Amino acid sequence: MLKIKNLEVAVEGNQILRGLNLEVNAGEVHAIMGPNGGGKSTLANVLAGREEYEVLAGSVEYNGVDLMELGPEERAHAGIFLAFQYPVEIPGVSMSNFLKTALNQTRGARGQEALDAMEFFSLIREKLKVVNMDEKFLSRAINQGFSGGEKKRNEIFQMAVLEPKLAILDETDSGLDIDALKVVSNGVNTLRSKDNATVVVTHYQRLLNYIVPDFVHVLVDGQIVKSGDKSLALQLEDQGYDWVKDELAEPAAA
Amino acid sequence: MKQQESKFQDAVDWYISGFAAFEENLNGGSQLPFHKLRKKAVKKLSENGFPGPRDEEWKYTSVAPILGQAFGLPDAPATESSLEIAPLTFEDADRNLLVFVNGSFSKGLSRLTSQAEGVVVCTLSEALQNHADLVNASLGLFTDIGTGGFTALNTAFAAEGTFIHVPDNVELTDVIHIVHIAEPAKPFVVHPRNLFVFGDNTRASLIETFHGQGPGSYFTNLVSEFIVGDNARVDHLKIQQESTEAFHVSNVNVQQKRDSVFSAVNVDLGGALVRNDVNVELAAEHCETHLFGFYLGSGKQHIDNHTFVDHAMAHCFSNELYKGILDGQSKGVFNGKILVRQDAQKTNALQSNKTLLLTDDASINAKPQLEIFADDVKCTHGATIGQLDDEALFYLRARGISEEMAGAMLRHAFISDVLEGIKLDAVRQNLDAQIIERFTDVKSDS
Repeated sequence: MLKIKNLEVAVEGNQILRGLNLEVNAGEVHAIMGPNGGGKSTLANVLAGREEYEVLAGSVEYNGVDLMELGPEERAHAGIFLAFQYPVEIPGVSMSNFLKTALNQTRGARGQEALDAMEFFSLIREKLKVVNMDEKFLSRAINQGFSGGEKKRNEIFQMAVLEPKLAILDETDSGLDIDALKVVSNGVNTLRSKDNATVVVTHYQRLLNYIVPDFVHVLVDGQIVKSGDKSLALQLEDQGYDWVKDELAEPAAA
Repeated sequence: MKQQESKFQDAVDWYISGFAAFEENLNGGSQLPFHKLRKKAVKKLSENGFPGPRDEEWKYTSVAPILGQAFGLPDAPATESSLEIAPLTFEDADRNLLVFVNGSFSKGLSRLTSQAEGVVVCTLSEALQNHADLVNASLGLFTDIGTGGFTALNTAFAAEGTFIHVPDNVELTDVIHIVHIAEPAKPFVVHPRNLFVFGDNTRASLIETFHGQGPGSYFTNLVSEFIVGDNARVDHLKIQQESTEAFHVSNVNVQQKRDSVFSAVNVDLGGALVRNDVNVELAAEHCETHLFGFYLGSGKQHIDNHTFVDHAMAHCFSNELYKGILDGQSKGVFNGKILVRQDAQKTNALQSNKTLLLTDDASINAKPQLEIFADDVKCTHGATIGQLDDEALFYLRARGISEEMAGAMLRHAFISDVLEGIKLDAVRQNLDAQIIERFTDVKSDS
């Protein structure tokens, strides 16, 4: 589904990703872990199409298409979804208007018919249940005055509505209490299938107790330096990242 | 330059020379008491001329483009207009329509429901004939013809407009919508003159819209007067949608009496050069004033909003919110003056002006002006200038919304709190739809 080869990315002139390789197939859940500043969020954002991120080298292929050629909305239409680390507040745009526009533009791009108001609301009501959200959310402005937990639940709610093929969760667990974490994880797990894939970017192993990954990668200094199964996450939780760095440094020192 | 120093003498001469012919065509009209005011206005125009660049109130708006054209009065319509009026009206607000085409009242396009006893809703010309006492008691009372040349010009040529008189203790159940349509076969100037007198404990909602149809230059020079009685509640929505070649100057004067509430929403969508003055006098205690407005500029439009809130008495509240979205090479001006006189203790006055500049070539001159002579008051003002929020734009696009639509949604969101000032749902929704359509009409003129 997703093939990232030797990706190098700079933000405001600072190179963050330095030759990153990653392959994700349908049905898989990948966790990207690593210390702060290693490039986790940069990877998530560059996949979603943030324009101020400059691709210096490498390639990203998504279902056979050069992803970097597509604008953010085209990526969304192709099934990529980024759950934002810091969902932005947009006063003056109601959740319902936002979702209806997003859903119908996406459906249009996918050759599906737009939903009318009644179809839309019945779909929305069903999806709200996935994240335990009240209908009142719909009349509020996007993320405005939402608590941290509500913002993250709102991201998963949008994911449920838009039904992506490749979901990228950027530190969705940060700032969540255990109940909210369960709700969010439950939402993600409900949406898992053999046809879609999930990339979970996280700093903490805690989330991976609920969203169990098939692969765990360690991203340090812009490269994936170690990959393993879910036991790697436990090891990282236990021992931190220093041993991975030390392991890297050793051959150079030798 | 010489001409400007002499207060646009050529234009003054042009209009004054037209006055004699205008007078002749008034038939009996020149015998009415109001004609004395016209003559006084001509004198003022001749003495003071039009505002030039040195006039502080007109510093950022040059009226040279308006005065550079020799606008004459429009020809009287030969036949009833065959215009389709329905698209210009609003659901739930179309039972009372007063329609003016090129300044002339169109009886065929207008319609009025029967009004409560004592209520007068008619044209100014009819009112001058049939309700002279009511008109003469109030016309020109709160409009200063001594300074701005355009107000004097309007007064000199005022012959048509709308007169509303609502006696004490009457609530108008239906909205009154005044529609001004310009179809400029050749360039012309119209001077609509409105007088709205609301008695004590009255309630009314007015909509006034200005539409330019087809190409061609023209000039709308409006003066409106509102007298809002004790405990009266009056809503006024003005939507200016003149053509892109049109000039629009409007001067709205409001006097509020005790415990009254006046709420205005002023919308500017069209016009090449637009200047709106709204002057509100809170003349007695416990008045409440809401002045909302938004303006959308594109191409080379110039839109100037001047407001003056005069807190003359104690315990009054005024709340002002103006927002502009300027695209292309458009220019905006906002000057919000709040005067709190010595007797106006416990005044609470708020003012906010926010502008979105969509291009490097768009600009705004924003000037809040507070003059406070009372010591126990609460006044706040703020002006911000910004661009579209890139983070918000990316968020919407990342959810599959096109860049064009995302930009439209954010621009609409920017003015949504002003739109919410429009209390009539059907009208607000209609305007919402028009605005979204305009925002998604890809940069047609920028």
